[in-house]
Amino acid sequence: MALSAEATHEELSAAFDALGRPEHGDLRAPEIGLVMLRGRTGGDGAPFNLGEATVTRAAVRLGSGHVGYAYLLGRDPARARLAAVLDAVQQSGGTAAIERCFADPVRRRIAHDRARGAARTAATRVDFFTLVRGED
Amino acid sequence: MYVAVKGGERAIANAHALLDHSRRGDHAVPEIAPKQIREQLALAVDRVMAEGSLYDRDLAALAIKQARGDLIEAIFLVRAFRTTLPRFGHGEPADTAAMQIRRRISATYKDLPGGQVLGPTFDYTHRLIDFALAAGAPVAEPAEAGEGEPADTPHVTALLDGEGLIERNPPQPSGRPVGDLTREPLAFPADRDLRLQNLARADEGFLLAMGYSTQRGYGRTHPFVGEIRFGEIEVEFVPEDLGFAVPLGRIQVTECEMVTQFKGTAETSPQFTRGYGLVFGQSERKAMSMALVDRALRAREFGEDVVAPAQDEEFVLSHSDNVQATGFVEHLKLPHYVDFQAELGLIRQLRREHADRAAAAGFTREAAE
Repeated sequence: MALSAEATHEELSAAFDALGRPEHGDLRAPEIGLVMLRGRTGGDGAPFNLGEATVTRAAVRLGSGHVGYAYLLGRDPARARLAAVLDAVQQSGGTAAIERCFADPVRRRIAHDRARGAARTAATRVDFFTLVRGED
Repeated sequence: MYVAVKGGERAIANAHALLDHSRRGDHAVPEIAPKQIREQLALAVDRVMAEGSLYDRDLAALAIKQARGDLIEAIFLVRAFRTTLPRFGHGEPADTAAMQIRRRISATYKDLPGGQVLGPTFDYTHRLIDFALAAGAPVAEPAEAGEGEPADTPHVTALLDGEGLIERNPPQPSGRPVGDLTREPLAFPADRDLRLQNLARADEGFLLAMGYSTQRGYGRTHPFVGEIRFGEIEVEFVPEDLGFAVPLGRIQVTECEMVTQFKGTAETSPQFTRGYGLVFGQSERKAMSMALVDRALRAREFGEDVVAPAQDEEFVLSHSDNVQATGFVEHLKLPHYVDFQAELGLIRQLRREHADRAAAAGFTREAAE
């Protein structure tokens, strides 16, 4: 689930609680590894390897048998497991609950953070003006 | 005869205990936590991530603490850590045009679409020591403007490209995998993807000096900063078990597009050429230096004479890595007792022979007189 990648541990944990702490087991224990990140030559040309990032992956199965996955930047197994549980809940038809308990508040928080960042950046915009020489 | 030397185990253990004690410094001063380094020495963290070639702010901050602020040592620790982890795969090529901009400037166009924003920069500060920081003065809230709507910020070079005034970036060659110098040792000549990977993790000081040398005439490229941008981009990855792209999260990068010396042939009319820099974190100096050196290293491609160090890919790529460099320089302090015994024997023999020749020459001269 795309939104989990930007959600904090606290947000994922709060959603897990709000969903009634769904029963689950590890399909694959959370694992920390690397993903090689890529850029493009000149910004839009051929890809090249920029450098790696740490990534934690997890896969869980709910009591209902539904499976969820998570791949997140960083080294936080507990956060990855929570994200996988939320993914499994979504797969099990819990879209409305996920929307209410997780997606909606997280989207609002992200929009607020982005808007504040953009507003602060916008305040540093340069307004050029031209000095006219008095020759006429 | 070779004599193995052992010993020093207790000395080494005690030296490391003393290192731990020295790292802590004066106990009357509060100990710093890695998260303080992460938040308040963010540019040091960025440098360790870029040259350690591993994006992980918490890990870089911890490495800086462990290394007592020695950034090359911290980079070494990060590089060593990455070798302990499995690789899940590679990400989708990042879309820097979709960057959430924190800073964006151009030295070629005053009024570019999306505008110029300075962001958090040292530029235009007076470089006077700020004693208020030592006193722990409160920090003012930054100013805000507009409604916080994201700006649409296409790459500046797209403007030139629209008129055909600048070379196109190379498309992905079909059927050839992206070069990876962490998997295959570097061989020469190296393609541009490998050169960019090498430069992205190269020592900032080395790249700065190489880029500077091109400005001073050692491989001149007549550069303009088309655009520098810093901000956040989303990174995506296609896991084998899922088969579709999933977002991993967001990272900060700095990108520099340098517009350089034009080239043309009998068939194609003259066009500006490009140099490119892309670096983890906020590091304009490194991104700019990378773009200068990337362009200088394209000398062969443009049929330019390779006359300067910055144009010599074997020279640049073989000496740009500070972990390799520090390893080879610092290995000199390890015991070389046997080597040195051999050198001692040799120089004594040479001096004996020299003395013998001198004595023989003196004898001959005396006999002649």
